Amino acid sequence: MRLTGAQALIKSLEMEGVEVIFGLPGGAILPVYDPILDSSIRHILVRHEQGAGHAAEGYAQVTGRPGVALVTSGPGATNIVTPLMDAMMDSIPLVVVSGQVPTTSIGTDAFQECAITSVTQGITKHNWLVTDARDLPRVVAEAFHVATTGRPGPVLIDVPKDISNAQMDWYWPQSIDDLDLPGYRPSTQGDPASVRAAAELILQAARPVIYAGGGILKARAAEALRELADRTGIPVVTTLMARGAFPDSHPLCLGMPGMHGNYTAVTALQQADLLIALGSRFDDRVTGKISAFAPGAKVIHVDIDPAELHKVRRAEVAIAGDCRIVVEEMIEALDGLGCGAVGTGAPAGTAAAERPGLEPWLARIRAWQEEFPLAYSQEDDGTLKPQFVVETLRDMTPDDTIVASGVGQHQMWASQYWKFDHPYTWVNSGGAGTMGFCVPAAIGAKVGRPDRMVWGIDGDGCFQMTAQELVTASAERIPVKIAILNNAYLGMVRQWQELFYEERYSEVYLSPDLPDYVKWAEAMGCVGLKVEHPEEVGPAIEKANGVDDRPVVIDFRTDAFEKVYPMVPAGASNDDIIVGPAEGDGGR
Amino acid sequence: MESSRNSLAGVDARHHILSVLVENKSGVLARVSSLFSRRGYNIFSLAVAPTDDDRFSRITIVVDVESAPLEQIIGQLDKLINVVSISELAPEVAIERELILITVAAGAEERGQVIALVGIFEGKIVAVGHDCMTVMLAGTPDKVDDFEKMLRPLGIVELQRTGRVALPKLSHRARLHAVAGGTDQNPADLDRTTPEAG
Repeated sequence: MRLTGAQALIKSLEMEGVEVIFGLPGGAILPVYDPILDSSIRHILVRHEQGAGHAAEGYAQVTGRPGVALVTSGPGATNIVTPLMDAMMDSIPLVVVSGQVPTTSIGTDAFQECAITSVTQGITKHNWLVTDARDLPRVVAEAFHVATTGRPGPVLIDVPKDISNAQMDWYWPQSIDDLDLPGYRPSTQGDPASVRAAAELILQAARPVIYAGGGILKARAAEALRELADRTGIPVVTTLMARGAFPDSHPLCLGMPGMHGNYTAVTALQQADLLIALGSRFDDRVTGKISAFAPGAKVIHVDIDPAELHKVRRAEVAIAGDCRIVVEEMIEALDGLGCGAVGTGAPAGTAAAERPGLEPWLARIRAWQEEFPLAYSQEDDGTLKPQFVVETLRDMTPDDTIVASGVGQHQMWASQYWKFDHPYTWVNSGGAGTMGFCVPAAIGAKVGRPDRMVWGIDGDGCFQMTAQELVTASAERIPVKIAILNNAYLGMVRQWQELFYEERYSEVYLSPDLPDYVKWAEAMGCVGLKVEHPEEVGPAIEKANGVDDRPVVIDFRTDAFEKVYPMVPAGASNDDIIVGPAEGDGGR
Repeated sequence: MESSRNSLAGVDARHHILSVLVENKSGVLARVSSLFSRRGYNIFSLAVAPTDDDRFSRITIVVDVESAPLEQIIGQLDKLINVVSISELAPEVAIERELILITVAAGAEERGQVIALVGIFEGKIVAVGHDCMTVMLAGTPDKVDDFEKMLRPLGIVELQRTGRVALPKLSHRARLHAVAGGTDQNPADLDRTTPEAG
């Protein structure tokens, strides 16, 4: 069958099971847009290529399938650089196809020419410049294989216009043996001796903590993690990227650690004698000052990326492998050492029978939870507290609601105060900290899971960066709901200036009324609502929940002086956690 | 730099040789070199050429392990999709060679000195002019260092070194496994007592 390169490209995407492409056409990608008219794949026309990238990320995060974006050359391609970097930091499978000027024009500074494979080299797992139409099906298959296996990540395929127009004989690689990837062999099984050593360490620990990261979700290992925790009785912290990987309602769940983690999660890591790091990478936002992080703990580190092992913290037992497989292997090894299923006692003479009791440790943890809970106070007639909005929203939406967020104070409050009881219900930008992530990511999430309610919890600063994608959502009938916690500031920067720059506020004020968010929402085809007082919060959410034919935006006017606590100042030890505002400094 | 070298094989403790087999595709060298720059790893020297199998090239990199731990450098390199395998060639198990070309200021009076030095070091005279000579030497990096040092007082007009290339010694070849991309036998486990044959 003779096809053009463009037809072969779209057919290859169909062969990969792609349901939806987020994109925006332009000159160099024009040939590829023609066969889309005849394809089963849904194309969603975004208003800016950054929106396409984040929407594809949101789609990938809730479905586990790779997100796909299609852009033109030059500025089209550079506009999606931020989402590629975002997906690289958070290990999100993303396949971006960019148009390129014809091969005969490459290197001549042609119109809309940009060497995007060079630009994105460090922020993609791999990228390809296709120079022969016959390579297209193989390269697409390679791209999906690389994006979704091992440590997932973004890839980019750059397709020159003459390659899209050239004729080729259609074929489809039958197996990975037909791919040309001699240097790519991700390992998934854990080394058995190391797994056994890990199980032995687990049974010797008196103060163990499972430090669960985003890798749990990537590996679809939430069930295995739960089995491990139930069986061993070891408490679990879930990082920002792992919220939902272990249910917040589980008695062993300690919630989020890190710079704005709760006191118990932070302190349990600090005082542990064993950290079981599963798909987490000792990020600086979790560890604080690394030399002072969990000083008395031995470390078991499981990660599918061998380069993460020993990168930040040396591990006593380092296991390169898929988290689900390795955790299951660990459970088996624990079985062999006498630590059987829940409720079964350890046979005499086994390692499990000699195990120190965890009760003193769990009692200490419970005492911290009682003494230092997350706290804020909402006066009935006072200014609206952002945490109150998040809690009310949480209480008025279904359990399996998907929450997307931008980056800043609102993101931390959402992560702290939402109760995540299901995996893949939390969509946010962790490693990259990309402001403007929320709106397009929420749209992508709703496209991926149309059966779920999708709420975005956004900040006013973030919202202004990518709000135009709500036009996309209205046009495509994607009924996302966005709660803006509008404190009229770039709030997190403001918080740092208040705490560390002697309240010298430099370029952080945004105004609550400019823009008029309600009018803006309505202009974009959404329902727009404004909430100023605590008693209006519930009715507005109820109204928003009832809208299912278009997006809704609620402008919540929240207290500009509210700060995110607890807080570990940048570069400080986690032991120096600040639990709340100083006496008398609270609700200024 | 000179003073920090030990006499073992011209490589001091901070410099390790990685022999990196890569796909022979366009842009692969850029991927390798940009990885070093973006992660702040220092390269002491780098030499690249196709192997006997034209699908692959070999990059011989002398890395500075003071800039980052060797295992981290290897781990990040191995993540590059085009990198097929990586071997660490410890000086004790490797045959290393480097080539130097030097144009040295040498008129009629100094010519004899240069010819003598080339003879002692078993180098070659490549070209002779009225006031200059171009000479070359291929040898161990130590020997090349010494040759350069001896010629320097005469006045060096131009100089170019290739950077190191290396292969495992015959006695170690069978047992030398890739440290990444193949099995992960630690090269430190290899027998280091066999004297160099070449």
